[in-house]
Amino acid sequence: MIAPDCGACPEHAQLASMGVDIGHCDHIVALAGNPNTGKSSVFNALTGLRQHVGNWTGKTVTRAEGAFAFGGKRFKLVDLPGTYSLLSASQDEEISRNFLLFGQPDCTVVVTDATALERNLNLVLQVLEVTDHAVVCVNLMDEAARKGLDVDVRSLSRDLGVPVVPTVARRKQGMRDLVSTVADVVSGETKTAPLRVEPPSKVSEAIGNLVPLIEDLAPGVPNARWIALRLLDGDHRVREALLSGELAEMASRQRQPAISRPSRLTAISGNL
Amino acid sequence: MPHSAQSIIDLSDQLRRDLGGGFRDRMVTAVYEHAQELVSRSVHETGAKKWDFDQRIDRLLTSRWLGLPLMLLLLGLVFWVTIQAANVPSQMLANAFFAFESAAAGMFESLGAPWWLTGLVWHGVFRGLAWVVSVMLPPMAVFFPAFTILEDLGYLPRVAFNLDWLFRKAGAHGKQALTMAMGFGCNAAGITSTRIIDSPRERLIAILTNNFVPCNGRFPTLIMLAVIFVAAAFPPALASIIAASAVVTVVLLGIGFTLLVSWALSRTVLAGEASAFTLELPPYRRPSVLRILYTSLIDRTIFVLGRAMLTAAPAGAVIWILANVQAGGQSLAAHAIELLGPTGEAIGLDGVILLAYIIAIPANEIVVPTMLMCYLGASMMMDVAAYDQIQAVLVDQHGWTMLTAVNLMLFSLLHNPCATTILTIWKETRSVKWTALGGLMPLAIAFAVCFLSAQAGRLLL
Repeated sequence: MIAPDCGACPEHAQLASMGVDIGHCDHIVALAGNPNTGKSSVFNALTGLRQHVGNWTGKTVTRAEGAFAFGGKRFKLVDLPGTYSLLSASQDEEISRNFLLFGQPDCTVVVTDATALERNLNLVLQVLEVTDHAVVCVNLMDEAARKGLDVDVRSLSRDLGVPVVPTVARRKQGMRDLVSTVADVVSGETKTAPLRVEPPSKVSEAIGNLVPLIEDLAPGVPNARWIALRLLDGDHRVREALLSGELAEMASRQRQPAISRPSRLTAISGNL
Repeated sequence: MPHSAQSIIDLSDQLRRDLGGGFRDRMVTAVYEHAQELVSRSVHETGAKKWDFDQRIDRLLTSRWLGLPLMLLLLGLVFWVTIQAANVPSQMLANAFFAFESAAAGMFESLGAPWWLTGLVWHGVFRGLAWVVSVMLPPMAVFFPAFTILEDLGYLPRVAFNLDWLFRKAGAHGKQALTMAMGFGCNAAGITSTRIIDSPRERLIAILTNNFVPCNGRFPTLIMLAVIFVAAAFPPALASIIAASAVVTVVLLGIGFTLLVSWALSRTVLAGEASAFTLELPPYRRPSVLRILYTSLIDRTIFVLGRAMLTAAPAGAVIWILANVQAGGQSLAAHAIELLGPTGEAIGLDGVILLAYIIAIPANEIVVPTMLMCYLGASMMMDVAAYDQIQAVLVDQHGWTMLTAVNLMLFSLLHNPCATTILTIWKETRSVKWTALGGLMPLAIAFAVCFLSAQAGRLLL
């Protein structure tokens, strides 16, 4: 039997409207990362697809999608364009930013380059501003070793407050770990407490003013702080979402009782 | 009572003004400082640092004096390998296909099929397909893997690095070198890849000029012309090297036009300053052989060939109909060729070539096959497979000269993008104006350049 189309369920309706084909999947996982960190390799290793992997910055300018299964659940993997940050106005960064904020993926995997971790962590920190459910994948561990770098993933994971998984995606090393970690974060078995960078004090104050108002308008919104930051930055898409009520609607979907998920899954297994 | 959305926006605007400019910069700085601290705690040098290959190679490949010559040498090598490896399989494929064509046509006749059905199916559609496969497949099967190896190694960003200063001088974005390099594979892909350029002005320049690098659909045409006309004037031992150099020269000319037109655009309709960017030189990575073969043969070769075949089949039928439907004492093709003749002559080509270009608007790949089918017309000559036989048809029967070949190479380099590329320009710009400019500007340049070259050539020869 074919599983029911999960486009029907409210928490994924937003994704369907963003052009993501969410048929036959239980969870949505986004794949973010700096350009040229092996994001496409991770994508391919996870999904078994053969999206072309180019060794140059900016290879993936469009969104690719694939799927994988783990522990009886089907995961849809959405590959976002490689970006250095989520803050600028270029088209690829806007795609990633809007997807993370409005698409509300169940988990976001940030692929990083172990040989250039500092630059890569900038994006990680920005993603952690948006979402609680993230896993950091430290890829290219072999190249780091070749360059004489040792990455202490445990200490990094403690500091970041989210799981960190070392991988060599080209050789498919660490992919199973990555998948099970993602599954644990999605199921809530692994609790995350992402690090949020303390902004300069004046900004903190401004955020402090805005957050209660946003939470008031859209009760249960998971990242009022980030929305406040975006408003302070003058992000048009976020302003628009606030004015149109899209944000409040999104928040109310988030607050729906967790019971809706298991019941849907039961329905699927019943059909199988 | 909840605050209205508008009041929140107003408050945020007020707060933003209070915070003053540079809000984003301050946020970025805070994030960077934090990242630095995290890394200092979790990343340690083990001291096992090996000899740094990458940097040594980069010092050579991106050096001031050797960078560009090495790039040309690599490009020339790729073309040379393609030329060396493609001719014989092309000939074998053509022989097999055309033997099959005459056998199948003979069988149709013996079964009593009407003459027009046999003609349309076998001498039209099938022959179009056979030409495309035999002319296109072997060069692609060699060129694509070679190009993909360079891509997977990480060479393309080095090309961008080497060419950056030129693009900057032309008022364009340095990343345009990268989108240009993608254009060698396919102009439509090159145009999509311009999304990596942040500034809309520089992105438009990159989109409008991408057509000036020959895509894979046009390389077989260039390679064939280089082999038959340019290289034929040299001793056989040198021929393939000369042919490769000729193709490299055309590519250089294309890069020259890219820069020239970018410069002109950035001084006129798209005026502005070049913006700064950081380009990462990725580490060299050992290409995975299986993936290269998969990518280049399945994703690229089959894809491009498939598209060529899709357009070649109807094109073959169109040509057969044009050549076999009579009106006023001669075939429709003859009318069209007569009509286009004077224009073609003026730019050093002829009516057949222009007709072939019109029929081949959907895909540049089929220009040469279309041209050959027009020349051979309804005649049953079918053993034209090897390059020297093609040369005999063009030179002896249809009066081609070196000037025709040179002008055709120029025209092929500069003329309007194929239908897919034009559609991609529209998708990326959503503007009729820019799409029209993207299609008509190269066409006008092609006509102007070929006209000048024809006049100059006739004056000198």
